[in-house]
Amino acid sequence: MLTALGGDQIARMSAVHVRRKNLHAIVCIKSVPDTTEVRFNPETNTLMRDEVESIINPFDTYAIEEALRLKEAHGGKVTVLTMGPPKAEKELREAVAMGCDEAIFLSAREFAGSDTWATAYTLAQAIRRIGAYDIIFCGKQAMDGDTGQVGPGVANQLEIPQLTYVFKVREIDLEGRSIQVERLLEEGREVVETRLPALLTVVKDINQPRYPTFRGIRTARRLEIPVWGAAEIEAAPQYLGLDGSPTQVIRVFTPPKREGRVEMIDGDSVDAMADALADRLLGDKVV
Amino acid sequence: MPLLIIDEQACIGCGACVDVCPFAALEMIDDIAVVNDNCTACSACLEVCPVDALSLPERQAEAPGAVDSYRGVWVWVEQFNGQASSISWEMMGQGRLLANQLGVSLTACVLGENAHPLAEEAIAYGADRVFLAEDPTLRVYRTEPYSKILYALVREHRPEIFLLGASSRGRDLAGSVATDLYTGLTADCTGLEIDPETRLLRQTRPAYGGNIMATILTPHHRPQMATVRHRVFEVPARDPARQGQIVPVSVSLSENDIVTRVVDFIVEEEEVNLADARIIVAGGRGVSGSEGFEPLRELAHVLNGAVGASRAAVDAGWIPYAHQVGQTGRTVRPDLYIACGISGAIQHRAGMSTARVIVAINKDPEAPIFDVATYGIVGDLFQVVPALTAQFRRKLRT
Repeated sequence: MLTALGGDQIARMSAVHVRRKNLHAIVCIKSVPDTTEVRFNPETNTLMRDEVESIINPFDTYAIEEALRLKEAHGGKVTVLTMGPPKAEKELREAVAMGCDEAIFLSAREFAGSDTWATAYTLAQAIRRIGAYDIIFCGKQAMDGDTGQVGPGVANQLEIPQLTYVFKVREIDLEGRSIQVERLLEEGREVVETRLPALLTVVKDINQPRYPTFRGIRTARRLEIPVWGAAEIEAAPQYLGLDGSPTQVIRVFTPPKREGRVEMIDGDSVDAMADALADRLLGDKVV
Repeated sequence: MPLLIIDEQACIGCGACVDVCPFAALEMIDDIAVVNDNCTACSACLEVCPVDALSLPERQAEAPGAVDSYRGVWVWVEQFNGQASSISWEMMGQGRLLANQLGVSLTACVLGENAHPLAEEAIAYGADRVFLAEDPTLRVYRTEPYSKILYALVREHRPEIFLLGASSRGRDLAGSVATDLYTGLTADCTGLEIDPETRLLRQTRPAYGGNIMATILTPHHRPQMATVRHRVFEVPARDPARQGQIVPVSVSLSENDIVTRVVDFIVEEEEVNLADARIIVAGGRGVSGSEGFEPLRELAHVLNGAVGASRAAVDAGWIPYAHQVGQTGRTVRPDLYIACGISGAIQHRAGMSTARVIVAINKDPEAPIFDVATYGIVGDLFQVVPALTAQFRRKLRT
């Protein structure tokens, strides 16, 4: 049968085959200090980030892993994106070592001092420049700021649906342009579906992130990572960095310590200790 | 989703925009400019259009002085299955105080299907006015319809402060609405005060796992938006005799306009709503297995509390992630937190150290959990917890 076909026809047939829809996932990550013991510069009220090692925000590693799993299932590529100071490039290379195919680094003076609004704007502009995609993954929040606002901000800027606190991707249909997920809410798990492209923020339980491989580390070392500034993403300067940020931090302080010391409950027997503790708790009216 | 807006009535089909577009995002179809997804909103085409048929959405900040035209304090009333979450009423109490201090009214936004009873509740808890949007499309929370309605209400009525709960839905919604409005949003606030001189809302929140607190202002954008942490503010006294105005809001979205569908809701057999729990009994590595949580469940059952867990217990697969307390799980603020076999790593303490009373039960007298505890017992949790359960069974019955 095949021999009866002309070369032209064969070429056309394989073109149809090649056009089978491949996935393009974009993962937004953040470089965060690898500790919860942080020091502040009291002059500027800004973080003294140089003193501690930085890591990929732990929640973002689940976002990377989920993107890589989808790529393995459907073919295609994963682009990792971050905005941060020059040394945050290390975290992009780590994401590539895990298996991401391309990386884009948003790093420029104009971006400095961005709050969640300006960050979401900047990331969204970069994603517009990257071009067509099926899905954007973010961690549910960053370990340093703990806001969880950038994901919804990016989705809103790009005018695509957002699915936050995703616990499981149940189904993704790249041709039919739809996705069904489970979201972890306070009362239980919500099963919800929407149209692609969509933005997902993921919770920890969604998967177990992989470690970088030796081959991945070699690839990451060699990969050329474009650095984009305001000009590259066609950003309006009034929406960037400190100027573009509606919120303003006016004071940073250490929280008051818990008052008082622990009262150790002793007793001759476990029952006596339990009895004394129960009485204290009833006396405090917390039970 | 291209941002470029094309006025099809005005377009004369000259094609000037197509020639200047650096991204090949414009083409002429039937003599009218059509934009595709290549558009980056770069604005190159705006200048060349001879009839001003092209525009980009405005996201301008309010001009200085314009912020003064915003008045009033608003609260979003979160509901699930027609029940308001307690954070909604907690915010109503604090919102009332802020409104009184500013000399303005307090407005509740109630969205749902058959949500009229909640609107009346909102008045009983302190609202002067309720915007009530009732529609089948609003039965279950979804970002798109909720965000569109709140955005339109804010644009029309211009409140100076808008509070939402720092719950999963509240954060999802606030992040979307504030982005659309181009205004400041402060996450997970534990302190809200008015600066008497400037009328600005001083929003205080923990960051870096509770290691630092930051006070944040939104000086030049309105409304000043914040999400508020659970159980920080008291639920005010409910006064069913309070009078207020219920303003119906017309809903123009139809189900066909909404791309997201909620297909199902799976409730875990065990109650794990840690955010609302007044009492949490939590287990860590010392519990040593999934069956080790059994005595904790019994104690939680007797105290009408919820079961929590440390990361170690969750990572070991002994209990689902929904139970995890701490920096990578949920931040909780119960009246009573009983930590059983939890060493108290800083990441765990970040999620529970603001509980009113903390009990630590641990074999190791040096465990850091004792540093944040109110009461401590050094001992085997498998002896102490059942003994405590027995004591409460006896004492609570009488």
